[in-house]
Amino acid sequence: MIANIGFGVLVITLVTSLIAVITAVYGVTSKTRAMLETSRLAALSTFPLLSISIAVLIVLLLSGNFEYVYVYQTTSLSMPVYLKIAALWGGQQGSLLFWCWLLSGFTFIVLIRKWKQDRDLLPWVIVVTNITIFFFTLLVLFFENPFLKYYIMYNGEIITSLFQPFHAIAADPTDGSGLNPLLRHFGMVVHPPMLYLGFVGFIIPFAYAIAALIEGRTDDHWLKATRKWSLTAWLFLSLGLVLGSRWAYDVLGWGGYWSWDPVEISAFMPWLTGTAYLHSMVMQDKRGLFKHWNIALIILTFCLVIFGTFLTRSGLFSSVHAFSESELGPAFFIFITVMFIASLGLLLYRWSSLSSGYQIKSFFSRESAFLYNNLLFIAIFAICLLGVIFPILSELFTGQQVTVGPQFYESAAGPLFALLLLLMGIVPLTAWSTSTARNLGKSIWKPALVSLTFPIAALILGAHRWVAVLAIWLAALVICVTLYDYIRSIRLRAASQHESIGKAFITLTSRNRRRYGGYIIHVGVALMGVGIIGIEFFQTQTQSMVKQGETLELSGYTVTYNNLEITDTPDGRNVAEAEMTITRDGRDLKVVYPRIDYYYDSDQAVTVPGLRTTLADDLYIILVDWEPVTSEGATFKVFRNPLMNWFWIGSIVAVLGTLLALWPSRERKSIQKEPA
Amino acid sequence: MNNNTTVSPDQSMEKPVFKINKFIIGGLLLLAAVVVLVVTSLKGNAQYYLTVDELLASPKGQYSNVRVSGVVLGDTIQYDAQHQVLTFTIANIPGDDNVIEEMGGIAQVLHTASTDPSASRLQVEYHDVKPDLLKNEAQAIVTGQLGEDGIFYADELLLKCPSKYEEELPEQVQN
Repeated sequence: MIANIGFGVLVITLVTSLIAVITAVYGVTSKTRAMLETSRLAALSTFPLLSISIAVLIVLLLSGNFEYVYVYQTTSLSMPVYLKIAALWGGQQGSLLFWCWLLSGFTFIVLIRKWKQDRDLLPWVIVVTNITIFFFTLLVLFFENPFLKYYIMYNGEIITSLFQPFHAIAADPTDGSGLNPLLRHFGMVVHPPMLYLGFVGFIIPFAYAIAALIEGRTDDHWLKATRKWSLTAWLFLSLGLVLGSRWAYDVLGWGGYWSWDPVEISAFMPWLTGTAYLHSMVMQDKRGLFKHWNIALIILTFCLVIFGTFLTRSGLFSSVHAFSESELGPAFFIFITVMFIASLGLLLYRWSSLSSGYQIKSFFSRESAFLYNNLLFIAIFAICLLGVIFPILSELFTGQQVTVGPQFYESAAGPLFALLLLLMGIVPLTAWSTSTARNLGKSIWKPALVSLTFPIAALILGAHRWVAVLAIWLAALVICVTLYDYIRSIRLRAASQHESIGKAFITLTSRNRRRYGGYIIHVGVALMGVGIIGIEFFQTQTQSMVKQGETLELSGYTVTYNNLEITDTPDGRNVAEAEMTITRDGRDLKVVYPRIDYYYDSDQAVTVPGLRTTLADDLYIILVDWEPVTSEGATFKVFRNPLMNWFWIGSIVAVLGTLLALWPSRERKSIQKEPA
Repeated sequence: MNNNTTVSPDQSMEKPVFKINKFIIGGLLLLAAVVVLVVTSLKGNAQYYLTVDELLASPKGQYSNVRVSGVVLGDTIQYDAQHQVLTFTIANIPGDDNVIEEMGGIAQVLHTASTDPSASRLQVEYHDVKPDLLKNEAQAIVTGQLGEDGIFYADELLLKCPSKYEEELPEQVQN
């Protein structure tokens, strides 16, 4: 019964979102206040309505109503409560509904907070967001309904249907098949909602941009009004990506964190264009530059967000993420095409009124650095897009599918990432407007010299590949230059204002939150780079079958296999857990327990590595197999991932930097001037 | 390298002029670099994506590095843990999405192919840890080369389990 409520409110949402769109357009064109008010109320109502639908689905998931297809497929009696709730986004239907609900919530917030201020833009924001909500509700209702039930026909056939067909009786399974065990991990519980928050968050600045284009408000208002939305969306998207990596590192058992899988890339692409947008946003804000470009970037990001949502849904590509194939493909394709062409048409229509009265003069100015930053991000994006659609392109032109693997992305985009690091290293010491190579050289040589000690140290420690040494230098350059500039500014301020260093640090940081937030993000990214360099260039591994008491040796570490314990757990797992002691130079460092969990109900094994992690390196031990009868011999694979921890530390630093940039400032008109 | 001599600062603030200058050159250089990177990376790393049928029908040695998709036959999975040698056989499945759709979706196709004795088969050898997702009726995508002995030596093994998310009928009600 309750499911009918969940379904019913979806139908109502479909209607209200359509009403919101129509009344908004009519209200603006006819200048009817009552119409606009109707539109606002209709748009506001989608959030509570969809919340009811979400609540119903959660109740069904929690109460174990396995006659519902979605509940059967994503939960089982043995799953803990938090996983049952996470099942909301564990399957296709639920995650689409969840996506739609987030968008309605974001629209709700915008309407509540900005209706008075942005009277002219908001009707169009309603149009854009509610067209999107309408589209997704339509998908949920007609293609991917989470409220379908199982029925048994008179001939014994089992079908799924929303309502009870004639001559059919309701099926009543006693338990569900459960969420795939590989997904039962904390990282996986929070990774999809983070990604979705990021995806959906970028729709608000997009809606504002479109509203500005339609209204002809070609000033910077749309951009400034949605700055925090963009930054927040970027934060969540970044978190989603990092948490996905962490999940892969912990669960997938191949010692990796990123595999250039099409679905990973499809979430990475809006991140790339979104990051480019965050940077070029600053240029419009401070210099009035890149106005067309910003709108183009946010349009692109929106389309990539929809494309990313679609890729995980379409089954178009083979990947660990892909959901089953469904009929969503054409629907998504049409939606993206229509939105893209319409937005691009609007941009072209307003092209001339968007031009800026400023041009970049110096090759070594900060403006120039931002320009190249954007070009690099777009180039990396283009490489990713090419790689993802290459099978389709090649089939179109040659009739044969040709795919590209991780090496393609690494060798094509790797050098561009290096250039980005170089830019990040230079940018704090560039000046706005006019700057010369000499000026830049004068201010940069000290920190640059310091940064050279790192690659030299790496060479002494035995790094041989010049690519790795160069990469280390670039990451060190970013960190050294940024810290140098930060410290120098603090000391200058302390001297000129007669403040203590501590006070100067606090005032300087709090008055330039975005600037220093950005720098902290850069340091975080450079630290993540250090982790990537460590695992990509210096990973070592060994594998062997050993008997109890025997050891494996890897890069100075000794790993002793003590014993293996095989147990059945009450929640339906067969756990084979090995005990291994890690020693170095005769000292016991840690005992780890790599294991394999075998889930009986879903016939699925999950390899859980044993991990010893320090700032210098990770020792990552996988139990590969064991002798079933004697349980004496077991095979292990051991990876040493140098510096890997810095990847996670760097991501935390970057998050802190973003939070600093997001922190609401008390002094509204704080000093925006940058020290030259 | 003083780039600031031609335009005085206040002039440039006013005039909305676009000049063909070093930025365009810089941009073009970057574009050229990207094109070179892409082309060289493609040359080394592109793989033809074939079905088992297509691979077996192709002349010997035509493809040095190729990607093949097929369905895993559960009975054939053998793992030598000591040497970490994994062998299994895959059976042909159609490569065309439309054909798959017509045949009732990928899960149905995988099920039919794994039980069809007439489907062409390919033995695969892979040297690494046995992946958790390798099991009967999983879709395997292997990258590597076909050896003289007719065994496919895979460098990379990707698995996709349709049953992961695919509509599964509850067993409890099947009788």
